[in-house]
Amino acid sequence: MRGLSAFWVDFFEKFGIMFIGLAAFAAVVGLILFLADRAPKKGRDFLQLAAFVGPALVLLAIGLVYPAIRTTTLAFFSRQTANGSDFVAFDNFVWMFTQPDILITLGNTLIWVALVPTLSTIFGLAYAVFIDKSKGEKLLKSLVFMPMAISFVGAGIIWRFMYEYREVGFSEQIGLLNQVLVWLGQSPQQFLVNSPFNTFFLIVVMVWIQTGFAMVLLSAAIKGVPVEIIEASRLDGANAWQQFWNVTVPGIRGTLVVVVTTISIATLKVFDIVRAMTGGNFDTSVIANEMYTQAFNRGETGYGSALAVVLFLMVMPIVIYNVRVMRKQKEIR
Amino acid sequence: MSTDAATAAENALDAPLGQKHEAATREPQKMRKVKQTLTSPWATFAAILIATLWTIPTFGLLVSSIRTPTEIRSNGWWNIFVSPSFTLQNYIDVLTVQGTSSANLGSYFVNSLVIAIPAALFPIILATMAAYAFAWIKFRGSGALFVLIFALQIVPLQMALIPLLQIFSEILGISGTFPAVWIAHTIFGLPLCIFLLHNFISEIPGEVIEAARVDGANHTQIFFRIIIPLSLPALASIGIFQFLWVWNDLLVALVFSGGTADVAPLTQRLAELVGNFGRNTERLPAAAFISLIVPLIVFFSLQRYFVRGLLAGSTKG
Repeated sequence: MRGLSAFWVDFFEKFGIMFIGLAAFAAVVGLILFLADRAPKKGRDFLQLAAFVGPALVLLAIGLVYPAIRTTTLAFFSRQTANGSDFVAFDNFVWMFTQPDILITLGNTLIWVALVPTLSTIFGLAYAVFIDKSKGEKLLKSLVFMPMAISFVGAGIIWRFMYEYREVGFSEQIGLLNQVLVWLGQSPQQFLVNSPFNTFFLIVVMVWIQTGFAMVLLSAAIKGVPVEIIEASRLDGANAWQQFWNVTVPGIRGTLVVVVTTISIATLKVFDIVRAMTGGNFDTSVIANEMYTQAFNRGETGYGSALAVVLFLMVMPIVIYNVRVMRKQKEIR
Repeated sequence: MSTDAATAAENALDAPLGQKHEAATREPQKMRKVKQTLTSPWATFAAILIATLWTIPTFGLLVSSIRTPTEIRSNGWWNIFVSPSFTLQNYIDVLTVQGTSSANLGSYFVNSLVIAIPAALFPIILATMAAYAFAWIKFRGSGALFVLIFALQIVPLQMALIPLLQIFSEILGISGTFPAVWIAHTIFGLPLCIFLLHNFISEIPGEVIEAARVDGANHTQIFFRIIIPLSLPALASIGIFQFLWVWNDLLVALVFSGGTADVAPLTQRLAELVGNFGRNTERLPAAAFISLIVPLIVFFSLQRYFVRGLLAGSTKG
């Protein structure tokens, strides 16, 4: 009973903070807009403009532009100590490419970005085609799409239980996959410990999440392919497979590009899954996880920043490409 | 007139990304014909197989969460079909038992809400204001500035973490408080929200805004009387997506919340619990479901808005 009342005290205190925060925000924004409303004739145009774009611009300058520049600079300095830090030129990058651990991390990131977009798109596309116009399409879609709504940490826990390992003779298996192995007469495996295959079992989790995303976008695109073309190809005697390759795939090319690039970007930045399932141990680390470990667990700001810069360099071309495709499609529309 | 425009813009939100063709409305007869050619027993079988494989992991965890601690530790969830059992004790334990070694999820659940509600509202409101200015106030350099904001999406948030944390802890002294997490999420959400809302707000017909101007309305009045009411559907979609993004986030929380039961959200506590899997085996299924319940409710009740926000927000990061 006492525990419960402590909970309510805590509850009201925190929601109190939230309402104060919301009220403060409303007051500041309200005041800015009110002042813009009553601005003196002289310079009114500028004041009103500043009221509308000013808050966002200030936040972005402090929170993104300055930090991005600062991180890039930090990448060329040694770790920060009480005596400041030294300029080390490219030492942090040299460290990255000479340290066996970090090389494995970089390699893992490449494996992730090669496999996740490919597999998710293939599964998503196949599923979208199979269920197109079938009975119960909506329900079937929801089932595969659902993992997309939950957190990576939640997904990590779900799959920890799938992969869970118990020593033979010590107890029954509680992980489904190992139980299946036992039923098949095999010996159970430590899926998340045995390198290098543990990385692939982590990738399965990401594919499980992203397939739904690919499926929903591709399914919408497939429905946009004009019936007349499908009809025509059918009259020409094309079988289902030819129809798929010669009509459907060209018709959804734009969406395919968006799906693959979007999943690639998400994959490059993957952090939570690795953090929640292995913590980056057993040679499963990826760049985003290593960056966090170096910068925040070990205080190696130089190494962490250098890893962030590498991540930036890997993501940048894909984002630019993605944006260009999307803008082109927008213009056509 | 204006509602038509809003509907049209809303439909544009629903249209598939990267799609050149207009989605044609099909005659039912044609549909039946195409269906015959595409649906084969093998495709049906494969679809059901994939759906089953995709559902089993979550279903297994749900079943685990209602078994007794001894059962969870001693054998797999599928045994429930042999020896049925049901208890909600795990949920009660992880939510209400207080103490340093307990999961204490009640507090973290409150934290998640207190973080996610303002962190969804703040960026949406600021972004609507900025988007209105970029769309309807003419000023020099507006195009360049807008492109610059859009380009900020390229910056992975990993790049902003270290300096932003230094600003919060050394200059503002708010590191490890709710405002620090709100501000961080607001900043990271802004570029995409501005971009998406600009797309929507610039589609509002110029005559409506022109008419209001002729009547003597200034920017503030136009903003509250025309822009906000007409963009409500877009605000809802993007708001829901931002809310879920914040709710599911781990990285920003880890860096800015300080990691205690005072501020940290559910995801962070879950990551800690799963870090000691052996000791928390019987707590984790219920704990995970408590964090999943909000996204799942949003997902199943607001799927249309969710899909929209997702399609629009797929370049976030």
